[in-house]
Amino acid sequence: MIHIDLTDQPIDVAAALRTVEDDGAGAINTFIGAVRNKSTGRPVVRLEYEAYDSMALHQLRKVAEQAVEQWPMLKKVTVIHRKGTLYIGDVAVVVAVSTPHRAESFAACQYIIDTLKQVVTIWKKEFYEDGDVWVAAHP
Amino acid sequence: MNLKIALFGIAREIVGQSSLEVSAPEGQSVQALLAGLREQYPALGGLSSLAVAVNNEYAEEETTLTERDEIALIPPVSGG
Repeated sequence: MIHIDLTDQPIDVAAALRTVEDDGAGAINTFIGAVRNKSTGRPVVRLEYEAYDSMALHQLRKVAEQAVEQWPMLKKVTVIHRKGTLYIGDVAVVVAVSTPHRAESFAACQYIIDTLKQVVTIWKKEFYEDGDVWVAAHP
Repeated sequence: MNLKIALFGIAREIVGQSSLEVSAPEGQSVQALLAGLREQYPALGGLSSLAVAVNNEYAEEETTLTERDEIALIPPVSGG
């Protein structure tokens, strides 16, 4: 019921959604993170994502398991994160969850993406016309 | 003992390579390892945070390291 992936290939969002379908689930909630064309007002050309694969997969699974502990009614959880070079509009991450009713699906989906951003060992470098920055590296 | 440390993101760029071997006394703590690395690579001290992972888990500062551990330096993560 927990499906985790880290891939250097484009994420198939429709296929990801199918993995959380469940006859007992009246709600499917999805978060899709895409590459934005600006960061703090600066035009972004592309992003590069780097991962510590074994730890990222382990931590992603832990985050999903924590969500199931907190919301035991969760039927299925899928988290897929992209790595490598991404351009504007590309999908960087998909979180999909299914639950009997909608309220828990919103809460669990938000918990997973918020916690992922804090603990999962993935790093993003933003490339601009005139330079590049590792996001969040410096205060 | 010799510790092999995997490096990622900005930590990899600061050190200039993707892994590092350091010789350390037996029972070296995470805290002591970090102090030594910050001394050798002062730019590491300018990061918002710098954690150490041992066997795919975030380690406490007092955790002691062994040669068999998979050790990695974790600069501020920015996935999503």
